Amino acid sequence: MKAAVIVFPGSNCDRDCAVGVERSTGAKVEMVWHGDAELPKGLDLIVLPGGFSYGDYLRCGAMASQSPVMKAVVKAANDGVPTLGVCNGFQILCESHLLPGALLRNEKLKYICKPVDLEIVNGNTRFTAAFGERRTARMTIGNGEGNFFGDEDLLDRLEGEGQVVFRYANENPNGSARNIAGIVNAKGNVLGMMPHPDRAFEAELGSADGAVLFKSVLG
Amino acid sequence: MALEIPGPRIGQVAVRDDKNGWIERMRAKVQVFLKPGVLDVQGKAIEGALHGLGFDGVDHVRVGKTIEFDLPGGDPAKAEADVKTMCEKLLANTVIESYRVEVA
Repeated sequence: MKAAVIVFPGSNCDRDCAVGVERSTGAKVEMVWHGDAELPKGLDLIVLPGGFSYGDYLRCGAMASQSPVMKAVVKAANDGVPTLGVCNGFQILCESHLLPGALLRNEKLKYICKPVDLEIVNGNTRFTAAFGERRTARMTIGNGEGNFFGDEDLLDRLEGEGQVVFRYANENPNGSARNIAGIVNAKGNVLGMMPHPDRAFEAELGSADGAVLFKSVLG
Repeated sequence: MALEIPGPRIGQVAVRDDKNGWIERMRAKVQVFLKPGVLDVQGKAIEGALHGLGFDGVDHVRVGKTIEFDLPGGDPAKAEADVKTMCEKLLANTVIESYRVEVA
């Protein structure tokens, strides 16, 4: 199994993602610089990590969506390669139109960093299959702009089509529409989520639920 | 006969280029705001602070951004069309933002 973690200037969870994927699945992970126009061949997973790509200039993820590597990522994702965007990676997926909707400033304006309980709304995606019958997970969020927004039609469609994968279970930390914490595209191969599986891949980190996600997609 | 003076016309910027002489430049101003239906949390916080200062009547505070730049050419219609394309592709996220373009 082979995965690539894309490194943008200002990414700060790229190492976490690489270590998380490696330790959870044994997959070989290559770091790919944002200026590269091509991805390694034969990828089983592309990860867009968290951080503050390009200093969050203009809008979170906006500049990163225009970087050379994203043309290759968009093409690979459209060809069906599983693609995971965590936190800033989720914002980049939305800005690249690989996922619908957008992420706004948190409702209370504060940057929030804490563990959250998640409801696994759709356990049949390639990212959640290994959770089996489990319908809860615990991971950490760390974001200032994690407030998912979409118009009512989009939200109805996401819910109706099973594209809402994770919801905040007990409290909605950032004002996200319909408590949404993570969504997949219609094809099911692109997942964007604000909680960090890369900060929850072994018990010592407080939760190993992120490892289950990595195993689902690379198992 | 009127004397032709090379240089910028009123309201336009021009730069001197050794090869091509005066090149017309236009100035674009783009304003980007969250759409009316999208909660502007910064605007709400500022509104609360203004109320705290005693400006009780203040309402509908919206925070946006202004992006200004020069671009080549002297045709305002073409410049405006170009800037709108830039807004659609990068300067605004039309899922959540609306924009206003001025070119002079």
